[in-house]
Amino acid sequence: MSDPAYLSLEKLRLSYGDTVAVEGLDLAIGKGELVALLGPSGCGKTTTMRAIAGLLSPIGGTIRLDGADITRVAANKRQIGLVFQSYALFPHLTVFDNVAFGLKLKGITGNALREKVEAGLKSVGLANYAARKPPELSGGQQQRVALARSMVMEPKVLLLDEPLSNLDARLRLDMRTELQRVQAETGVTMIFVTHDQAEALALADRIVVMRDGRIEQIGTPEDIYNRPVSRFVADFVGFENVYAVRDGALHAEKGRVPFTGTLPPVAGLAFRPRHVELGAGPLSGIVRGVSFAGGTREYVLEAAFGMVKAEADAALPAWSLGEAIAFDLPLAHAAPLERD
Amino acid sequence: MSTRFPLTLVLWLVIVFLIGPFLIIVAASFSAGETLAFPPQGFSLRWIFKVFTVESFRESFVTSMILAVGGTLVALVLGIPAAYAMSRYRLPFSETVRTVVSAPVIVPGIIVGLALLRYFVVPVGIPITLALFLAHTALVLPYAVRVVSASLANLRSDIEEAAVLLGSSRLGAFFRVVLPNIRGGILSAFILGFVTSFNQVPVSLFLSGPGIRTLPIDMLGYMEIVFDPSIAALSALLAFLSMGIVLMAERFLGFSRYV
Ligand SMILES: Nc1ncnc2c1ncn2[C@@H]1O[C@H](COP(=O)(O)OP(=O)(O)OP(=O)(O)O)[C@@H](O)[C@H]1O
Ligand SMILES: [Mg+2]
Repeated sequence: MSDPAYLSLEKLRLSYGDTVAVEGLDLAIGKGELVALLGPSGCGKTTTMRAIAGLLSPIGGTIRLDGADITRVAANKRQIGLVFQSYALFPHLTVFDNVAFGLKLKGITGNALREKVEAGLKSVGLANYAARKPPELSGGQQQRVALARSMVMEPKVLLLDEPLSNLDARLRLDMRTELQRVQAETGVTMIFVTHDQAEALALADRIVVMRDGRIEQIGTPEDIYNRPVSRFVADFVGFENVYAVRDGALHAEKGRVPFTGTLPPVAGLAFRPRHVELGAGPLSGIVRGVSFAGGTREYVLEAAFGMVKAEADAALPAWSLGEAIAFDLPLAHAAPLERD
Repeated sequence: MSTRFPLTLVLWLVIVFLIGPFLIIVAASFSAGETLAFPPQGFSLRWIFKVFTVESFRESFVTSMILAVGGTLVALVLGIPAAYAMSRYRLPFSETVRTVVSAPVIVPGIIVGLALLRYFVVPVGIPITLALFLAHTALVLPYAVRVVSASLANLRSDIEEAAVLLGSSRLGAFFRVVLPNIRGGILSAFILGFVTSFNQVPVSLFLSGPGIRTLPIDMLGYMEIVFDPSIAALSALLAFLSMGIVLMAERFLGFSRYV
């Protein structure tokens, strides 16, 4: 993007009392970029967002925004918006007054205020709900009010903490499109937190995978999906069979994979279930689980070296439980891992 | 039915013991006789009208009103920030503060009154009026803290952070989004405090003097000298006033949620 480091976090260190939650976080985000923070529960996503917003002071490191060091700038002066996972709408105010809250503090009044609020509500499809109070809205509507409330402030960066997690599957898709549209229309720099890899892959320009308060990998959705750097990321994006490479051999949980051929010089190899070839090959296993998943059938095979997850077209005849199958792990489809 | 019978009996006994005396007082206040008696002799409103003509009742009523309103307001001004701090921050002494603040509820009023008189008013020499005011404030404070804490507990703290991120200061966020959302709790605390202070006897007993007495103390004094039904009339009026306030509070605030 135009400015490679519109928002940058340098060696950021965050703690709650004595417990360090985030350690040595380095991240540069371009203007107008849509970045997803992806990781399991407790890895420090919310903590990082709160630090960027200014609600939590770092114990080390620097945060820069638009060329200025904002590490010590108060939260109400940063021009960073945050949509809370819980929405955090003001229950005593109408939808209109919720959205108007920040604008009024900026000194905007009268017609200018009304126009901005109405435009904000219209853009999230809630123009007819201005007079309601938050408890009278559905979860999805509350979420959109929260989004409008932050967007009308025209923040430099908009942070969204699990914006879609409380919605049902349908609304979630609607809101995804909504976020993409808002982002395309306004060009606002956005960071959103999720622990759903599909959501991150679908929405983000770039994905930051976090683990235990550190960054595990940063990359485009293609990078993350096809070229995970570690077992952790591979697991996260659906490579269910991950093996360590040591002494020129593949190692699974229970032992060596009797693999013939030369292995590349990497720390590990990861295979997606759909890349496991069933029916022929040098390896063999017993079917311990079969489940129908629409277009495909998912198998759990027990091989001498451990469990293998495989997938086959549902149109093919099914193997049944207890049956022995020959299979292959084709190197051509394996993702090489830099770290185990 | 048969197993319910003892319970029903207990219920009726409770009602008789709680409401009975009150009904007797009300009936006695309509008496036409010269002395306080039950059953009342005849019917008249003269004692009810007389209440309003007794000079000392008027004075002590004003005193009690000032104490109840003023003391409760001061207790709220102290109690709201205390309750807020205890609910939002992990303070080193919050348990201690909670205990100290609720002490006046647990310790018998007579002891509080005596202690205040013996160890504050007499040695320090603070004016008895001020002592009375401080005592009422201290008595109401626990209710203020407790009721306000209850409504703060129901309020998510992230709305304050949301307000800050929209440009408000921390203090501004308190006034703009915390206070409006605990309004019901504050009003309830006020009413509870008012009623508590207004009906307070033991502490006031020690801190009343020739120049200053609260209404309940004045009534005690009056009864020692005059034994006419006007005291019943006044009691009935006060009881209706309290009930009216509490019923209104329940109707408009859902008072019982907080207490
Ligand atoms: N207020 C707090 N006090 C102490 N520790 C905390 C606090 N909030 C979070 N933590 C700890 O900091 C770590 C990171 O928490 P954080 O909330 O950032 O996780 P997260 O990635 O947002 O998880 P989730 O996906 O569950 O929301 C966790 O180990 C958590 O236990
Ligand atoms: Mg979180």
